[in-house]
Amino acid sequence: MASIVVKDLTLAYGSVNVLNRLNLDVAEGEFIVLLGPSGCGKSTLLNCIAGLIDITDGQIFIKDRNVTWEEPKDRGIGMVFQSYALYPQMTVRGNLTFGLKNARVPRAEIDRRVRRAAEMLQIEPFLDRKPAALSGGQRQRVAIGRALVRDADVFLFDEPLSNLDAKLRAELRVELKRLHHNLESNTIVYVTHDQIEALTLADRIAVMRGGIIQQLDVPQTIYNKPANLFVAGFIGSPAMTFLDGRVVDTPGGKAFAMGGTRVPLDLYDGEVPTASDRPAILGVRPEHVTVGTEGSPGIPATMDLDEPMGADNLLWLTMEGQQIRARATADHGLRRGQPVSLLLDIAKASLFDQESEQRL
Amino acid sequence: MAETALPAPQPSGARPRPLLSRRNLALYGILILLALFYLLPLYVMVVTSLKDMAEIRVGNIFAPPVQITFEPWVKAWAEACTGLNCDGLSRGFWNSVRIAVPSVLLSIFIASVNGYALANWRFRGSEVFFAILIFGAFIPYQVMLYPVVIILRTIGLYGTLTGLVIVHSIFGMPILTLLFRNYFVSVPEELFKAARVDGAGFWGIYLKIMLPMSLPIFVVAIILQVTGIWNDFLFGVVYAKPEVYPMTVQLNNIVNSVQGVKEYNVNMAATILTGLVPLVIYFLSGKLFVRGIAAGAVKG
Repeated sequence: MASIVVKDLTLAYGSVNVLNRLNLDVAEGEFIVLLGPSGCGKSTLLNCIAGLIDITDGQIFIKDRNVTWEEPKDRGIGMVFQSYALYPQMTVRGNLTFGLKNARVPRAEIDRRVRRAAEMLQIEPFLDRKPAALSGGQRQRVAIGRALVRDADVFLFDEPLSNLDAKLRAELRVELKRLHHNLESNTIVYVTHDQIEALTLADRIAVMRGGIIQQLDVPQTIYNKPANLFVAGFIGSPAMTFLDGRVVDTPGGKAFAMGGTRVPLDLYDGEVPTASDRPAILGVRPEHVTVGTEGSPGIPATMDLDEPMGADNLLWLTMEGQQIRARATADHGLRRGQPVSLLLDIAKASLFDQESEQRL
Repeated sequence: MAETALPAPQPSGARPRPLLSRRNLALYGILILLALFYLLPLYVMVVTSLKDMAEIRVGNIFAPPVQITFEPWVKAWAEACTGLNCDGLSRGFWNSVRIAVPSVLLSIFIASVNGYALANWRFRGSEVFFAILIFGAFIPYQVMLYPVVIILRTIGLYGTLTGLVIVHSIFGMPILTLLFRNYFVSVPEELFKAARVDGAGFWGIYLKIMLPMSLPIFVVAIILQVTGIWNDFLFGVVYAKPEVYPMTVQLNNIVNSVQGVKEYNVNMAATILTGLVPLVIYFLSGKLFVRGIAAGAVKG
């Protein structure tokens, strides 16, 4: 059963379409992440689902109920905001119970739900404190608790971890994942610009740009087979290298040509275009480039820069006049300007049409 | 850890100045002198109000009273004559209270709801509405003085306290709405969204979320309105009748009465009495006032 269905959603401010005929189906119990750069419309989409923004056109269903014009409180949602948005004048308990009191939930039921949420999030010791007396991590737990006590079917998270420092963010990320496992039947829509959060948390990721979902798929596919240049460049850190070239015919089959170099495409996982001599872009992730010493099989290149990243090093190299990044172990022992030879793992690379920027 | 030889044993930068340095003495000396200069009129008023007329005629206005008398205060409050009434300023005081209290409450209530709606419930044309409202703050009162007389006369409220309350509430609206709107705009939008998800409506959010968060700005508004309305002379003299004249108008009538001897001590006492309300308010709320004015400038 679909938990959330967004159908042809359009949101226009004047003549500007912020969201353009957007469609999204979320299954029950699914953890879906809306990922994209700032201004891509991901938070706007979330606010539309929540009912905090009136949409221009289209329909929204939650649990098979058409909620397009319903008030946020009647949609069966709980929401968590980036700035926590706790009511400063109320205690933690007051924050948790505010919505329930508005909905006239019986006292005993309120107590039961608050106790359950407090236990789940380990915020029992702070129940009678004001938000100002809490740390950032504790505040965000309370904000999550406020969504939990609503007993909602759908939880909406609007960049909930963006205001926390890196260490706390990693901790809460794991907690969120655990929480999702404990709340099997609850659907979660989660907005973030952090690809690590998206890749670690999501059942499926919707990568957005310009109010349009560019690709909606499981994290593995998003990472390995990005639908277009934008997704390929946005996902992955360090980022994918893009090489300009052409798809040409060689006696051995199709190949990707850069200057004088021909890279055979027979192992490529996708549709190699049949038209000959077609401009294309080859996307290679740094971990799929193997750096060998000069003379070993591969494409000749020169070392430019070495960026140590702790576990491994990122090497910047020049190959056929184009820059390419490769991941190498920390003890690679290569110097600046040293000639090397590169092997590209074509089976894991992505080939894009130069004009449409779509993956082939 | 190995000891490192410090190249310069003296800390760099200027040492903090001692309290009684020449510069501090000069600075505070000038400040104290200026403060005394500004306090001089108040001193003269208090001193004069405590003298009897014989002593005032001696002519030294700075001399403290030889014989302290509270007679002028009693006379100013309860016996001074304006026109036909000889019951002193007390009548004007109570009139002013009856004007100020409802005007302050009414104008602040309406303006805060206005500001809240304009900040958080943007509707089609809300910006235009706001612009027109603010424009009202720039129209000189003189332009509207007579039209308002006609309006009040037409609805039968000319010369009544109710009419004056309405006029004060309306004229306070532009600046107060601006004040409240700008304050509510500074409240994080997500807080408002969270309250909507939690099922609070227009009034629920206003009363339970916004109001408790906005105490400083309400204090500022109360101070502005109480002092503004209390000190008002123009509206009082134009829209009220002698029986309902506010304190300021009555003070003017006492001080400017032409018949008989000028009773300087009574005039001084009457003036101090009239100014007492704003003075007390400033003294009591000075700290809150500054905090409210600065609120919104600092996040959190």
